[in-house]
Amino acid sequence: MSVASGPAAVPRVSRPRAVLGELVRRPRAAFGLVVIALMVFAAVFAPWIMPHDPFEQSFEGLSLMGGPLPPGGDYLLGSDLLGRDLASRLILGTRTSLIIGVVANGIAVLLGAGVGITAGYFGGWIAAILMRFTDLMMAFPALLLAIVLAAIFQPSLMIVALVIAMVNWVQMSRVIYTETRSLAEREFIQVQRAIGSGPLRILGRHLLPHLLSSIIVFGTLGISTTVLLEATLSYLGVGVQPPMPSWGNIIFENQTYFSTAPWLVFFPGLLIVLLALAFNLVGDALRDILDPTLKGRH
Amino acid sequence: MTFGQDTGGAGRRPLLTVRDLKVQVATEAGAKTVLDGLSFDLVPGETLALAGESGSGKSMTALAIMGLLPKPMARVAGGSIRLGDVDLTALDEHGYRRIRSARIAMIFQEPMTSLNPLMTVQSQLVEVLLEHGVCGRADAPKRALGLLRDVRLTEPERRLKQYPHELSGGMRQRVMIAIALACDPEILIADEPTTALDVTVQAEILELIRALQSRNGTAVLMITHDMGVVAEMADRVIVLRQGRQEEAAPVTELFAAPQTEYARTLLAAVPRLGTAPARPAGDERRKIVEVDDLSVRFDITGGLLGRAIARVHAVEGVSFHIRERETLALVGESGCGKSTIGKALLGLVPWQGSVRVNGVQTQGRSRTMMRPVLRDIQMVFQDPGASLDARMTVGEQVVEPMRVHGLARGSELDDRAEWLFRRVGLSPDMLSRYPHEFSGGQRQRVCIARALSLSPKVIVADESVSALDVSVQAQVLDLLQELQEEDGLSYLFISHDMAVIEQVADRVMVMRLGQVMEEGPRDAVMLNSQHLYTKRLLTAVPVPDPARRRPPLPDTTGIEEASPIFPVGRGPARISLREVAGGHRVAGAPDKPSRMGAA
Repeated sequence: MSVASGPAAVPRVSRPRAVLGELVRRPRAAFGLVVIALMVFAAVFAPWIMPHDPFEQSFEGLSLMGGPLPPGGDYLLGSDLLGRDLASRLILGTRTSLIIGVVANGIAVLLGAGVGITAGYFGGWIAAILMRFTDLMMAFPALLLAIVLAAIFQPSLMIVALVIAMVNWVQMSRVIYTETRSLAEREFIQVQRAIGSGPLRILGRHLLPHLLSSIIVFGTLGISTTVLLEATLSYLGVGVQPPMPSWGNIIFENQTYFSTAPWLVFFPGLLIVLLALAFNLVGDALRDILDPTLKGRH
Repeated sequence: MTFGQDTGGAGRRPLLTVRDLKVQVATEAGAKTVLDGLSFDLVPGETLALAGESGSGKSMTALAIMGLLPKPMARVAGGSIRLGDVDLTALDEHGYRRIRSARIAMIFQEPMTSLNPLMTVQSQLVEVLLEHGVCGRADAPKRALGLLRDVRLTEPERRLKQYPHELSGGMRQRVMIAIALACDPEILIADEPTTALDVTVQAEILELIRALQSRNGTAVLMITHDMGVVAEMADRVIVLRQGRQEEAAPVTELFAAPQTEYARTLLAAVPRLGTAPARPAGDERRKIVEVDDLSVRFDITGGLLGRAIARVHAVEGVSFHIRERETLALVGESGCGKSTIGKALLGLVPWQGSVRVNGVQTQGRSRTMMRPVLRDIQMVFQDPGASLDARMTVGEQVVEPMRVHGLARGSELDDRAEWLFRRVGLSPDMLSRYPHEFSGGQRQRVCIARALSLSPKVIVADESVSALDVSVQAQVLDLLQELQEEDGLSYLFISHDMAVIEQVADRVMVMRLGQVMEEGPRDAVMLNSQHLYTKRLLTAVPVPDPARRRPPLPDTTGIEEASPIFPVGRGPARISLREVAGGHRVAGAPDKPSRMGAA
């Protein structure tokens, strides 16, 4: 965020690279990066790495009793009720879930943090309007709001992502608002006013770095909630439309067969946990790296 | 230094015996010894002072005795603490509970955070009484009332029903003392008990501790950084430095003839009233800041619509000027509006009246319009740790004002940062470090460098040395002085510390409840003060000389407790100043209460 820093950001040029280097050196963060990289790879190259057609309902994919196949054999992770290959569906589902988890959550984070910082820093009537609007959004049942929005627009992946973002930014903005308010009272922000710094510089250069740890924590927590919210929406028929798979709707489609075919719920669940964990590990490391007072600790 | 040598209290059996005490704190780099080989005895009825600067281990000693060391980071690594026949270091949490309050009680620096804000004074007192079985449930309220009487709290019956936030800082500390003394302990540990209080309140609290001590025969372990408090209270002193005992001596001997180099420098650095060098007069110099009828009022809003229901009259009709190369000191107790004036000069709070900085009227200017004015007037805040951004290198922060005002760019900024760092006595190698890598004094130097980067004509120094150790404080004051001589700076020096003010000020302005009580050349105000309030402030300053007892505080009649909060549309009575000598003006009786409309 060098909005107001002008051309003088010379020492910062190599910064992202240095941060990345630092991340790779931490084992936990490196693990998180690898997981994220694998998922991105799977999402991008899904058509080439899927062992089967994820939409094909084949007889070979069903047991003699007509039930789904357990993991092993030709169907690596088993098959679902319609005889579709679970592994292929999960790989294709990575696209949906990554887009939801990263894009929808990313929009929610940006919007929530933006509203929170603006209201917290400026206060007065700006805060009154923004925060009353936030309260209003909070008062709506999130699911209902999502259903209404999704029903108005033609369901598609991007619409679903936007709907989820609309629902999820609220908590973030509340947290960031409160934190900004207490930070804005701190002496180093007063100093900035005394110097004559403009609001953009104060917000970007001084408040944002201090808010980063909260933003990262809430942002990574949001990934799993958004992926699951997408699943709920799909289940209700207003999310990603079948037969397009997403991790969430695979769980929801199959949850009633949990006792007879647990792998259908276990594997997508594991992937959601892995995704959230990976972002969490990277986020934690990022927070520590960006805090100079923690330099040298792991 | 011989360990275990008692330096006083001959013949009496010690209550508390500390031998070769060693405390370690766990850090990433392994165990760090913060207290090493401390030994002393405490006999009944005496006051032993542990004096030292920050990081000397004085508070660690208190926590070790109370068994309150933060676990698991800190631990007693060696030595013994014996209370009579009990070895405190061997006690578990359960055993300690019968020692704390009952036999050793402690009062802390910040009475607000030590009291439970959700409990009335009475319930907090009763809790302690019942916990230690001092009396039955039926008698407890009566005992509580008696305790409040003992600590000379005004209107004790009413205080019992009040909550901590309804009491002033001094009252809260009295309540803390009442709680500490509830079980009639043998030892009272006072950890910086008056540091957060105003001088006059400090004088009263110290007086109270002394009186209670002589009545009950309690032994007091006084922990303080203030050599004035040491001189006033202590029988014996142990000077600590970085966890080691530097010197232990009876108080008179220490002040008369300090044996160690460190004690000598420490005592020499203590500012003493009446020792400041004369300052040249500069009456004919240009006025760089002119303030006329400045008022700052904050609305207290309430009700459904958030309308103003009352107003805090933080500053009320104050006029003054500062000349080139002059230091005007603003002094007063907390809440008198002195810091608010500083902020108003930089446009950090909304205000009314007229302020001219370097000839430019700043009234009604928006924040953008204020920017050119800010090049002439800058501010250095109280807490250098809090006023630097922890996430930015000091080098970037020092030149940030120049970047904001577009005065330099690129390598010019680097050169300027180096120059500024040298100017305030820091090495340019440190420019790429972060604030937490500096000591308190160095951080304040960084803040001063940042304020200097715009080459201002006036610097508002708001309690800028109050958070620093005395030796560091003296160095920073010297730096400010030097900058004034070389760059012709003017200062508005805001402080509560009379002794510091005497060192730096050309003129002094004494404030109370937002209005000026007395104003004039330094010597006129300090040596020939006319107003009762000024006299009281001056007498309350502890004298760092055990041979000279401070005279009792002047009577308070005429300066009753008052609040700067008024209903909307009303205001405090304006006080007018009358001139007693050239430039020396004193508040007379207040004018008739003003009935101004909404401002």
